[in-house]
Amino acid sequence: MIRLEKRPTPSRAWALSTPILAVVLTMIAGGLMFAALGKDPVEVIRVIFWDPLFHERFSGFLRPQLLVKAGPLILIAIGLSLGFKAGVWNIGAEGQYIMGALFGAAFGLALYPSENPLIFPGMIVAGLIGGTLWAMIPALLKVFANTNEILVSLLLVYVAEAMLASAATGLLRNPDGAGFPGSRNLSRHPGTDNPEIFAGTGMHWGVLAAFIAVIAAYVLFQKHTLGFQIRLAGQAPRAARFAGVNPGRLVILCLGISGALAGAAGLFEVSGPAGQISIDFNVGYGFTAIIVAFLGRLHPIGILLAGLLLALTIIGGELAQVLLGVPVAAIQAFQGMLLFFLLALDVLANYRIRWKRGALA
Amino acid sequence: MTAHLLDIRGLTKAYPGVVANDDVSFAIAPGAVHALLGENGAGKSTLVKMIYGLVKPDSGTMTLNGTTYAPAEPRAARLSGVAMVFQHFSLFEALSVAENIALGMENPPRPRDLSDRIREVSLAYGLPLDPESLIGDLSAGERQRVEIIRCLLQDPKLLIMDEPTSVLTPQEVEILFHTLRTLSAEGTAILYISHKLEEIRSLCDAATILRLGRMVGACDPRDVSASDMAEMMVGKSLAVPGRAASAPGDTLLSVNALTLPAATPFGTSLKEVSLTLRAGEVLGIGGVAGNGQDELLAVLSGERRTVPGKITFQATDISGTSANARRAAGLLSAPEERLGHAAAPDMSLTENAVLTGQSRRGLARNGFISWSRARAFADEIIARFDVRTPGNGTAARALSGGNLQKFVIGREILQDPVVLVVNQPTWGVDASAAADIRQALLTLAENGAGVIVISQDLDELLEISDHFCALNEGRLSAPRPARGLSMEAIGLMLGGAHGMREATIAAEPHGASA
Repeated sequence: MIRLEKRPTPSRAWALSTPILAVVLTMIAGGLMFAALGKDPVEVIRVIFWDPLFHERFSGFLRPQLLVKAGPLILIAIGLSLGFKAGVWNIGAEGQYIMGALFGAAFGLALYPSENPLIFPGMIVAGLIGGTLWAMIPALLKVFANTNEILVSLLLVYVAEAMLASAATGLLRNPDGAGFPGSRNLSRHPGTDNPEIFAGTGMHWGVLAAFIAVIAAYVLFQKHTLGFQIRLAGQAPRAARFAGVNPGRLVILCLGISGALAGAAGLFEVSGPAGQISIDFNVGYGFTAIIVAFLGRLHPIGILLAGLLLALTIIGGELAQVLLGVPVAAIQAFQGMLLFFLLALDVLANYRIRWKRGALA
Repeated sequence: MTAHLLDIRGLTKAYPGVVANDDVSFAIAPGAVHALLGENGAGKSTLVKMIYGLVKPDSGTMTLNGTTYAPAEPRAARLSGVAMVFQHFSLFEALSVAENIALGMENPPRPRDLSDRIREVSLAYGLPLDPESLIGDLSAGERQRVEIIRCLLQDPKLLIMDEPTSVLTPQEVEILFHTLRTLSAEGTAILYISHKLEEIRSLCDAATILRLGRMVGACDPRDVSASDMAEMMVGKSLAVPGRAASAPGDTLLSVNALTLPAATPFGTSLKEVSLTLRAGEVLGIGGVAGNGQDELLAVLSGERRTVPGKITFQATDISGTSANARRAAGLLSAPEERLGHAAAPDMSLTENAVLTGQSRRGLARNGFISWSRARAFADEIIARFDVRTPGNGTAARALSGGNLQKFVIGREILQDPVVLVVNQPTWGVDASAAADIRQALLTLAENGAGVIVISQDLDELLEISDHFCALNEGRLSAPRPARGLSMEAIGLMLGGAHGMREATIAAEPHGASA
């Protein structure tokens, strides 16, 4: 019989090694799945993990994509990790991401065709505000009406998607676009564009913002009393109240910060890689960031690495679809396995497995 | 002498790093009330767990009624006639007494038959209890009766009781002892675990004393003085806490007719609570847990706030100020629940030092925590209060209850409080550590601080308090000087009308109402 025994102190060795073990197990289980689909598992895994970076023909184009994809994932996941550590579950980052993009794009388009260099900073502020406002809806409802923030934030994603479609076909539609849905292209207009800081690297201002967020979150959790309060509230809510933490204030703060960062990620995307507001502007970064946050164990450095890893599987997955004809669903299942193994192995950090001999009498 | 009911020979049980029981041998006669004495960590719990089949001994033998006895699990122990009442009850608050008892039975009878059986047993042993009442509505004493009746329905030959009186009022203790004596007279042996020596002297006819897992003595408690037993238990003579008498100073803290609704369905609301605390005074608040102790502490610590004009601290109205503002002003507190309330279980001792020490110990500047200062503070607590731990990086949950309690109390005392409010400061702490904590509280008062001690341990309150109040069902009695207060008077203050009713029922002859 297998029995779980709680460790007196969480094991540091296991906490550090489970992400690596989870990746290895995902490769094994995913390999079996690919084999069952009639593909050569070794080749598929190589295409996913190796070719985006080192393939002779494609890597030149795909390597910058790594930062382009990882940037928004990391930026959003850092924001989410604050709430997740405090036990505040913002599942609606996708909606806040959309609202940030809409607010920021609207600000830039309102001043079109001005090329004033202050427009882009203004758009960033508008993006932060858009995401924050959207996150305040579940936050205030939770604090004042005791609603569940998981449900409210999640359902608001669909409201945001509807508003995105409306804006793309109505309010923000390109007047010179011959009636096609979608806004003017922000990335091709000086003043509203979010260019690469170093050409050919994929490093745009949003990626820089993500790196800054990683450092800020690291300092917050290591040194600042707010980081301490967040961890305390998540681990022992009663002790947090005893220590003078105001739970309502913490909910508003955590949802506000995660909403702001998701909104900023949306703005950087719409003014950079995506270029314009369109009906299908959002591609699920807000949801994938939840996986990134947990894969990185809610630790800033972990999230940085997890964001890069997941970006790799996204790019590699697309490559595998193109080169080997692996179905999209199989790639998604593969990413799902990663989260599954990570959470399952998580138990080992806090529990010891005992093999108990002899059945019950 | 008659043959032994239970004969224990050379029981040994080792855990990694500690020998919990080392070659323990003793015997219990049928109908005997046998005491098992020892400090926390002496190995009492491990020993009874082996008898009850929860833990398997490494070596040694047990003989029950002349046959070899090696229960693989509690069910086997119960089938052999061994029953146990645990210190912490396992009852569902939202279910009735009868439903709770049925849940613990192998083949529960029909509900109506069970209710009749419960009534029968409760009358026969003087344990008044209504099978239909909800557990959530019962006092700790009544809940314990549910556990006892659950055991008695199995008709046990040996009843193990783990610190049964720690949650009872003096009157409830009398009822319990009456029941235990009846059982003993009928031939049921009782293994009674406690560290309250006077109780053991009045109830038990044999005692085995454990220290650090070894048997260090056996005696007849009726012939040995309490202080001699204490010395055997601790291995050294205990210093009785004391302090120089001082004149009461200015009023530090006053609460004025405070009424506060309960925060949870099974919580207690505070009703018209008033108190005054002067500098240099120790105010003892007695009462059985669940009568508003947690609520009183929460409202003083600032976890719950009240309407203006209710709480005055050093001539300032603090009814609406936050926990941290109160702390900064010098009103500190230590809640009863150590893990999860006074301390965060998964955080290190250093982090737990930051939990309350931030403002008064200057552990944070401009919102940034100084971990080196925090570690120094944690080390200071560990050194000054003799906290046994590998280091300041150990998680709070890895410490034993007594050690963590020393840490929590030490953390507040070393912040130099103006007023300190503590709830159950020595609950589950061994005798010498408890004496240290009490001495530290007295020294604090001697140096001019005001101290409120909320406790269930009446001996403790009488030992250290200047004034004594009783908290019962959310009402606080008027304070009385603690010196010269008799146990009977305290019992009346504590029990109120509720306890009196039960005492009268118990005093009636058995079967009178059948």
